[in-house]
Amino acid sequence: MTVETKLPYDKEYIDQFSKERNEPEWMLELRLQALEQADALELPKPDKTKIGKWNFSQFKHTATGAAIQSLKELPNELQEFLDQENAPENLLIQRNHSVAYNTLSKELKDKGVIFTDIFTALQKHDDLVKRYYMKDAVSIDEHRLTALHAALMNGGVFVYVPKNVEVEVPLQTIFWQEDPEVALFNHVLVVADEGSSLTYVENYFSHNEKEATVANVVTEVIAQDNAKISFGAVDNFAHGTTAYNNRRGVAYRDATVDWALGQMNDGNTVSENITHLVGENSLSNAKTVSVGRGDQTQNFTAKIVHFGKNSEGYILQHGVMKDKSTSIFNGIGKIEHGASKANAEQESRVLMLSEKARGDANPILLIDEDDVTAGHAASVGRVDPIQLYYLMSRGITQEEAERLIIHGFLAPVVNQLPIEAVKNQLTQVIERKVY
Amino acid sequence: MAGSTLEIKNLHVSIEDKEILKGVDLTIKGGEFHAVMGPNGTGKSTLASAIMGHPKYEITEGSVLLDGEDVLEMEVDERARAGLFLAMQYPSEISGVTTSDFLRSSINARRGEGNEISLMNFIKEMDSALDYLDIDKNMAQRYLNEGFSGGEKKRNEILQLLLLKPEIAILDEIDSGLDIDALKIVSKGINRLRDENFGCLIITHYQRLLNYITPDKVHVMMQGRVVKSGGPELAKRLEAEGYEWIKEELGIEDETVEQKA
Repeated sequence: MTVETKLPYDKEYIDQFSKERNEPEWMLELRLQALEQADALELPKPDKTKIGKWNFSQFKHTATGAAIQSLKELPNELQEFLDQENAPENLLIQRNHSVAYNTLSKELKDKGVIFTDIFTALQKHDDLVKRYYMKDAVSIDEHRLTALHAALMNGGVFVYVPKNVEVEVPLQTIFWQEDPEVALFNHVLVVADEGSSLTYVENYFSHNEKEATVANVVTEVIAQDNAKISFGAVDNFAHGTTAYNNRRGVAYRDATVDWALGQMNDGNTVSENITHLVGENSLSNAKTVSVGRGDQTQNFTAKIVHFGKNSEGYILQHGVMKDKSTSIFNGIGKIEHGASKANAEQESRVLMLSEKARGDANPILLIDEDDVTAGHAASVGRVDPIQLYYLMSRGITQEEAERLIIHGFLAPVVNQLPIEAVKNQLTQVIERKVY
Repeated sequence: MAGSTLEIKNLHVSIEDKEILKGVDLTIKGGEFHAVMGPNGTGKSTLASAIMGHPKYEITEGSVLLDGEDVLEMEVDERARAGLFLAMQYPSEISGVTTSDFLRSSINARRGEGNEISLMNFIKEMDSALDYLDIDKNMAQRYLNEGFSGGEKKRNEILQLLLLKPEIAILDEIDSGLDIDALKIVSKGINRLRDENFGCLIITHYQRLLNYITPDKVHVMMQGRVVKSGGPELAKRLEAEGYEWIKEELGIEDETVEQKA
């Protein structure tokens, strides 16, 4: 299929956009090349979900947002993301495409940790960004959306932790799409150098119920040898946003990339979370939870590709579907030739709360090596009547019993989020979406 | 008169169109401990599950009244709030829900809105019950029954019993799979509740539990009916002589509900 919809943004526009931001030459070139490629490339083809008619081209490309002096200025719904008692030391709030707030503790600054918006990073840490930007993890020419992302990237964050630095306090980012029509072509690049560790948590938030726009987010998470990254996220785009969310991890020798993702968008969504276990003894735990409601269609892929010997990948996908929502859950473990002693385990479970909802769990193992272990489990079903009976036999009402079971079902990810406020906020989002 | 009264009258119960209970009559009053005994497959657990409202069991005839109220018209949660409790033979595992959250929700469900137990009091009560039953405090933070050993599940049922303080409790094979130490602890928990306001129906096919909990009345079930009732001495005789003599006395060849009429 060739692309018929012409983008409203052309070469001149991108050239100007890049120059206004004083981007390095390589970035401008990368954008222009990507724009050219975008026209020729096809949309991605998520398994069993047709996205040909989804809106990926109607949006407003830029909007600014005012800086804030104090977190108190934030609307209440955003305050909820922040630990009130334990004021976040390391926080970045992106309001539309502007940085509204950014702090990083002196201690971390002194150790060489970088936690800044992507445009500042392109100015100040040009070499580092260039070294990793769409190189190790996501390629520009994977399909039309990655190319469009590269061409139109308009926000995001760069995190870098130098060798052997262990960051114990989480870094937190809030992407606040305040303007209901503006698109987020957000690029998040998290690099943990050899022997370092960090925890990063992000929230996406919008409230464009009717206004149509696009989120095309690429996240690259690179753990160099012996590094450990724990990545948490709550996606919460409103109904009007069509979301393509690509989170990709790369783990080198003895490295770990762990994910805890709350995929709570209200609009049509393609979300893929792929980790490449490149190095020996690398490890990834990928846990995702999702709730579908209304008429939204979603496609979730959780995939771990094993290249390294002794690499271990564990996927857990839990989804709850209500109303007329449709979701496909692909859990894919791929073991490449040479990745001996690798272990790929996956579990995909979908809980159906309505007759009209549709859910599909597809566990897939692709194995090109003999000496490995692998396993999968998948189920699609309703709330177990025997569990309900047990809870109700203690006096708990049916509604409350269902609530307990659903929260319990989604707990593996909620509990893993390292920031109490984000955990509570995800619980509230779940509550709102399910009831 | 103190306590509640549970009256089971001519109860007939089917599962998937197969009749299991064929007319059970039993009355349990506050202050009384009844034991229902009998070999496997005679309908004992069906009786327990049917009274509580297990979704697989269909009541085809008869009635169950709690202080004159029709239990069979109530939803499962209403039965519990009315004062019934069933310690289950195979309690469900509920992933992601901690035992402690579940206990608190259960206690609050019985107490009703506006009368919730304070967190402090809840923790105090729970800790004291955990101690009493010699249960590791970590259990409160573990997911409900998930990965619990058979013995841990049984203790957890008794923990719930102590905290929920029902008027009438039914204990379905609470002794199965327990070693002697666990059996003593579980019995200690049950005996603690013994007073004029608490009635209990103990279902077991071993007499050994009754060495620790002395029943006031003993009933033997065969072929989906209570075929013989007596005092504690009946249990002793069953232990010594088995069930054969009852079968002979009553002319029963196959005691299970499988028997052809």
